[in-house]
Amino acid sequence: MATAPKIDIGQDYKEKYGFFVPEEYVFKAKRGLNEDVVREISFMKQEPEWMTKFRLRSLQIFNKKAMPTWGADLSVIDFDNIFYYLKAQDKQGKSWDDIPDDIKKTFDRLGVPEAERKFLAGVAAQYESEVVYHSLHEELAKKGVIFLDTDTALREHPDLFKEYFGTVIPPGDNKFSALNSAVWSGGSFIYVPKGVKVDIPLQAYFRINAENMGQFERTLIICDEDSFVHYIEGCTAPIYTTDSLHSAVVEIIVKKGARCRYTTIQNWSTNVYNLVTKRAMAYADATMEWVDGNLGSQITMKYPSVYLMEPGAKGDVLSVAFAGTGQHQDAGGKMVHVAPNTTSTITSKSISKAGGRTSYRGLVKVYPGAHGAKSFVKCDALLLDDNSISDTYPYIECDENDVTIGHEATVSKVSDEQLFYLMSRGIPLSEAETMIVNGFIEPFTKELPLEYAVELNRLIQLEMEGSVG
Amino acid sequence: MADFEIRDLRVGVEGREILKGISLDIDRGEVHAVMGPNGSGKSTLSHTLMGHPGYEVLGGEVRFKGQNLLELAPDVRARLGLYLAFQYPVVVPGITMANFLRTALNARRDPDGKDRSKQITPKEFRALLKDQLDVLRMDDSFLRRYINDGFSGGEKKRAEILQMAMLKPEIAVLDETDSGLDIDSIKFVSEAVNRLRGPDLGVLIITHYTRILEYIKPDFVHVLVNGRIVLSGGPEIADRLEQTGYAEWGAQEEAAVAAGASEVEA
Repeated sequence: MATAPKIDIGQDYKEKYGFFVPEEYVFKAKRGLNEDVVREISFMKQEPEWMTKFRLRSLQIFNKKAMPTWGADLSVIDFDNIFYYLKAQDKQGKSWDDIPDDIKKTFDRLGVPEAERKFLAGVAAQYESEVVYHSLHEELAKKGVIFLDTDTALREHPDLFKEYFGTVIPPGDNKFSALNSAVWSGGSFIYVPKGVKVDIPLQAYFRINAENMGQFERTLIICDEDSFVHYIEGCTAPIYTTDSLHSAVVEIIVKKGARCRYTTIQNWSTNVYNLVTKRAMAYADATMEWVDGNLGSQITMKYPSVYLMEPGAKGDVLSVAFAGTGQHQDAGGKMVHVAPNTTSTITSKSISKAGGRTSYRGLVKVYPGAHGAKSFVKCDALLLDDNSISDTYPYIECDENDVTIGHEATVSKVSDEQLFYLMSRGIPLSEAETMIVNGFIEPFTKELPLEYAVELNRLIQLEMEGSVG
Repeated sequence: MADFEIRDLRVGVEGREILKGISLDIDRGEVHAVMGPNGSGKSTLSHTLMGHPGYEVLGGEVRFKGQNLLELAPDVRARLGLYLAFQYPVVVPGITMANFLRTALNARRDPDGKDRSKQITPKEFRALLKDQLDVLRMDDSFLRRYINDGFSGGEKKRAEILQMAMLKPEIAVLDETDSGLDIDSIKFVSEAVNRLRGPDLGVLIITHYTRILEYIKPDFVHVLVNGRIVLSGGPEIADRLEQTGYAEWGAQEEAAVAAGASEVEA
């Protein structure tokens, strides 16, 4: 691989003139990963030296770490055949004609507006929502809330950024967090000041562009004391990408008395390996809630976790996974009780159809001294036919006696009696089955903002079509 | 020709023949009662008419609106105008009664889901519900609950009749609607059914006990024993059964007929 030029034009520009124009620098995208590529990414982004070093250190860790030997089969990932950084204009090479018909059809059925379709399909780099975003941005700015893409945040708020970045999920956490740390690009950065409650959900959607939707997004959310924010990422419409690997890292800090809710609806096209590390630190009387829905991708491995660091901290994971033909959703949650009187719940709902496989994988860990800790884990699996699979791997590691830990798991099939009952009222079979599935995930759907809930139900309906007969 | 004709219906469950040739004519405007002891084939009859997949039709047919019902899926039968009030209504978590009722009504109006203009409006829906809820002594909160989830025995049966009132079938089969009901619930349910009686509705009440027939007076009574109808006639047959039970046909349960209240629940 050719060595990238090391002339530091960008840095000079920034220091001398206070602006820079990286777009004018011709970056030739290459496949594969090495130190030069990482340096080049950092250079392209005009990053401070500490970030360049952080990336290089992460790359070393990535190279040393073995692939996980548990969970889904990841052996087909070819790290040498991936573009690790593409500028937006490079991503726009595709035309609408290249988008698979089934994706186009789903856009039709969901009624996704024209402008959004092109964006979601990766044909357009920017979804035209700047106006909406701009007014929202001003309102937030008045309250001192920072809501930016992560690259911009590093430039505009370097000190705040450095204080928290990489503190919740260090590069060495796992092979894919190391990879993300080396090549991350895009994602969201949110800071909510003390006592500020953000009353409308913040959606990446408002300021979405190709960069944010990249393969290696990095999101960092800091909720200062007694604040509240609800962040929503993703959307129910399928996101088409030719990139086969999506490996994001999400770090959240919830300080004393604050509450953060992070909602994800993931619907990647079914060629994607979706390997995401999400973790939050919750301090005294703070609440962290992960609401996590996984419909798309070929393989998803994702276990949102909460470290309950101080007394009274509370963690919730509510997740839904839907796996159809050729899909494996390996999802769950992790709750780590470090302090006394901390509570956690994990509720996992999974649906497998047409040979799909869903796995619940969860860990509840209680450290010595975390007395009075309470944890409850509930996983329910629904199988739509005989060749679909569901399995459960609940781990509990408890080093404290004075704790309450509960676990409950059910596996059921769509029952003939339920179908017969609904059909006896004139409801056709496919609609009856969809109703049962929507009823099954209702505890999840009801936590979503209305428009997402409606879309999710419609999406389930589309997924269910042709699954019966 | 009657509106609803059961012709020599033979049905098996797991290889055993339960109904051994049943014939019955029901016209709209009539109320028929099929009475029988345990194991006589009452549930098999109701489930087969509606098309439960667990019952195997061995012979015969059921003519309704020029079609053989037995060849149709349950939802198609329902949309033709058949209704079954379940003995044991099924719980479906996560779906509200309101959503369920609306979906069922829309399935009838617009089965393909292609013409939204045919669907029921919220205003129409509320108007349709209001009267029926009052008759059945039910309140709105019931609409927000999940289908039959956590319902008492009485609430379940009232909900069955409420659905019937909303869906306006032409032939309604009431499967042991009185079982598990206290006397007040039987009254409310019967009152609601009586209000629906009229020239457009044929009713088939399937019951073990004569009690419900004191409130919903049948025009015809048929006695089902061991998979066959052994006696048909007017309401006087119910009175006779009240006295003697099913003993004369070799059934063992005469005492239970009179003591019908023994399985009451709230």
